[in-house]
Amino acid sequence: MSGNVLYDAPGPRTIARHRLYSVLTWLSLVAVIGFFVWRMQDTGQLEYDKWEVFLTPSYIEVILQGLLDTLLMAFGAIIFAVVFGLIFGVGKLSEHAWLRWPSWLVVEFFRAVPVLMLMIFLFYLLAVGDGPLSPMWCVIIALTLYNGSVLAEVFRAGVNAVPRGQVEAAYALGMRKTQVMVQIQLPQAVKMMLPALISQCVVALKDTSLGSYILAPGLTFVYKQVTLDFKNQVPTALVIAAIYILVNLVLTAIATVLQRRLVGERKMLDVPMVAGVGVSGTDGGRAV
Amino acid sequence: MEAVFSNFDEYLKAFGVTLALFIVSGLASLVLGLILAALRVGPVSVMRRAAGLYVTIFRNTPLLMIFVFMAAAMPKLGYNFKWVENIEIAGWSVSAFFVRSTIALTLYTSAFVCEAFRSGVNSVDVGQAEASRAIGLTFLQSMRYVVLPQALRAVVPPLTSVQVALIKNTSVAAAFGMAEATATMRSFTNDYGSQRPEIFLLFAIGYIIIVEVVALSSYALERKWKVA
Repeated sequence: MSGNVLYDAPGPRTIARHRLYSVLTWLSLVAVIGFFVWRMQDTGQLEYDKWEVFLTPSYIEVILQGLLDTLLMAFGAIIFAVVFGLIFGVGKLSEHAWLRWPSWLVVEFFRAVPVLMLMIFLFYLLAVGDGPLSPMWCVIIALTLYNGSVLAEVFRAGVNAVPRGQVEAAYALGMRKTQVMVQIQLPQAVKMMLPALISQCVVALKDTSLGSYILAPGLTFVYKQVTLDFKNQVPTALVIAAIYILVNLVLTAIATVLQRRLVGERKMLDVPMVAGVGVSGTDGGRAV
Repeated sequence: MEAVFSNFDEYLKAFGVTLALFIVSGLASLVLGLILAALRVGPVSVMRRAAGLYVTIFRNTPLLMIFVFMAAAMPKLGYNFKWVENIEIAGWSVSAFFVRSTIALTLYTSAFVCEAFRSGVNSVDVGQAEASRAIGLTFLQSMRYVVLPQALRAVVPPLTSVQVALIKNTSVAAAFGMAEATATMRSFTNDYGSQRPEIFLLFAIGYIIIVEVVALSSYALERKWKVA
């Protein structure tokens, strides 16, 4: 619903009132930012030596390496999660109860458990001491299990969103059940899901930050290192957060473009209980 | 198994902290998110954009970074929230850790709550608002009597997924000195190396119970408010 339906075109008095509100909003925004800058100045956070790190080439390299690790973990997790989601999403749609119920259980379990808890468990199980895996792999596996079960729901919704008549037509042509799923339903479902998939990348990218708790590399790990050396918590937090926001905005923009190209003006896939911590690709359709 | 059952009071206490974090920041994020949503659908464009900027920033920042701001950067700016420990009401006082954690969780979650409310308002049919304008209701009246009651109904499912996410997000507080469920699980797995899978499973069940209670009560609410 566009905002202007809710109220009339403003008359002269309302325009004046709105102008007053605008000015007040601007003033309070400036006050908040000004106060923040003043506090930073007052506590010495704006001094050059606290920011010098971000102008030193060798440290920029460290930060870029952290960004690379973060991206690597996020995309690794998403790729594995797609496979995981495909298997269990199709499993949940199966007509055989022995396949449907275990798939349902796995998906529900990993959706309800916090990712950080999963990471810690995997870390102690697989990485501590002489464990076979590095912390980075623990992060990837934990994110695969969580995002995979979210994507399983997305797959299911995608398959269900394919018009029923197509399936009937395929059966009428004499296709088998597997053929219908692989040749008719999945390709269309995948096309419809792509924007949701990219949005899930944002979720995965944000969740890789938890990896620093189990000593996995990445941007938050870089934050730890830099602040240990330079005691510049405020500037580093600002810079690292800005990097995360920029990367996520790029991903969101890609999702929006894909939405327009592939799905058209239709709303994004509506998947209940999914992407609770996520970001919708387009601002209009989905809530979270 | 006995690692948890012989320390069951600790287990319950840990989930008590998790629940306290969830309830306090859940309620606070509902209030802040509602205010933000009101700004985002309101007529003043500067307010709309300011609230939109808030949502963009907090939605795209990892929760961990917001925790870092509250727990590591704010003390550098002179705010460590230690003063709350001096406030004592009937023998109870909250720790500075708890306040920092709830502020971080609230700031993060309210961005999503705002979007959930906004999508609820958006789901109301345009004709409804047009009709309410046509019979001469003002902005506030049409919101109060026509749009919001319907939006509230549509908003229950997305709000539930936001709150369910919040339950799971309380685990991030483990990294910042709260002895909630995830931190307690970590110390248990540290102490009882041979029982790791059982410990993990029992703590996972604790989370699942909380998540299911919230999801089921929202489902009940949804059904109660459903128009026949």
